[in-house]
Amino acid sequence: MKFFVMAKTVLRNLFSAPATRRYPAIRRPYYKNTRGSISIAVDQCIFCGMCSRKCPSAALTVVKAGKKWTINRLRCIACGYCVEVCPKQCLAMGNHYSASVQAKTEETFSHA
Amino acid sequence: MSKKTIIPFGPQHPILPEPIHLDLVVEDEKVLEAIPSIGFIHRGLEKLVEKKDFVDFVYVAERICGICSFIHGMTYCMAIEEIMKVEVPARAQYLRVIWSELSRLHSHLLWLGLMADGFGFESLFMQSWRIRELILDIIEETTGGRVIFGSAKIGGVRKDIDAKTLDDIVRKLDRYAADIREIAGVFLSDASVQHRLKGVGVLSGADAYALGCVGPTLRASGVAMDMRQLGYAAYKNINFSPVVETAGDCYARCSVRIRELYQSIDLIKQAAGQMEAGPLEVKVSGTPKGEFFARTEQPRGEVVYYAKADGTRFLQRLRVRTPTFANIPALVKVIPGHALADVPILVLTIDPCISCTER
Ligand code: SF4
Ligand code: SF4
Repeated sequence: MKFFVMAKTVLRNLFSAPATRRYPAIRRPYYKNTRGSISIAVDQCIFCGMCSRKCPSAALTVVKAGKKWTINRLRCIACGYCVEVCPKQCLAMGNHYSASVQAKTEETFSHA
Repeated sequence: MSKKTIIPFGPQHPILPEPIHLDLVVEDEKVLEAIPSIGFIHRGLEKLVEKKDFVDFVYVAERICGICSFIHGMTYCMAIEEIMKVEVPARAQYLRVIWSELSRLHSHLLWLGLMADGFGFESLFMQSWRIRELILDIIEETTGGRVIFGSAKIGGVRKDIDAKTLDDIVRKLDRYAADIREIAGVFLSDASVQHRLKGVGVLSGADAYALGCVGPTLRASGVAMDMRQLGYAAYKNINFSPVVETAGDCYARCSVRIRELYQSIDLIKQAAGQMEAGPLEVKVSGTPKGEFFARTEQPRGEVVYYAKADGTRFLQRLRVRTPTFANIPALVKVIPGHALADVPILVLTIDPCISCTER
């Protein structure tokens, strides 16, 4: 039966640097693989709708007639499946999270 | 004169990360009976197989649980691969082992933290989660997600771990093992912790077996049963024997999980040592027809995936039996006779994961 087994750890913690970061002054670097947010090179998109058919959370809407590609970032679960299935490879998974939102809006992209 | 009262425990309770409800029949401070009710977060994910292509469903299967997500995805893939007679390449099998063990590491560390918080040892809770964060970094570096790996795929895996990263991981894990040993000392030998855990919630081996317990809850009662013994993925090539304790109390359950941490590190090292270069996946074409029960070991115990397919792109039926669901009868069995203040500890020792229980 021992007492104060934690004492050493606690004392060391008192004199060592914190385990957490002083965000936002110090930002955590993202890994190369981090699944952050989806971006589209819309000029290469052919609006085939493959991505929206495969998206597990129905975050994407593609209108072929109007040539519009729409993403609802609040629905997107950053799985990366759309990137995998796009025949034109015009989607990319960035390793940064998308900016915080202030309203429930969708982002629409179309040919300029 | 004492009088019987019913005290509701949950679905919102400071020690519960997820909602489960127990009606505790209490006399004085002693609990006489615990009546569970579940179903607060049923999402109908099993039914979704009728609407989602069987290949795409991996993403849904992974999201059945937010802690052991990889093993859920992998078990689903194993069921489909077995039906379709797909041979998964060796490298993918080893990567599956590595990721399974990483998820066990982070799940057990999460549990240790919750447990420490449950018996009121705040600094121990933070230390456990500090180490867990280091494991999550490894997971994010190799798969892209912190808890949702997204790397299981029917026919193999989506991502690779290159040799240099793998060396780094093995070296890091050695360092983290030292950190784990430090906090394990507190869990296993500190008098104040033992006071809360020793002799509390004793479940005999025969009861545990008869009630159908799984995972650490079963092994802490002296039954050496672990699905990794079945040798799925690359476990068949790896030297493995289940961690067993015999006391069957909360302390034994805690000790099993701590020893499994070292075991997981050892299994990752073995897998990293044996892994050879090779393809990551085989191309899967066609549709599944038939049925299969896939069983794997999750951090909380055995998970069973039953899949039935009729040759179309949509499965006919998918059924998931999760470990927490199998351990709830044991919980209801051990609570009576204990003080009300011990109930949070008892609930935590089965490592309840409610969102996978209710799917
Ligand atoms: S799959 Fe690719 S090409 Fe087709 S609509 Fe989506 S982004 Fe455009
Ligand atoms: S990352 Fe996944 S959830 Fe997000 S838009 Fe692509 S397919 Fe849909």
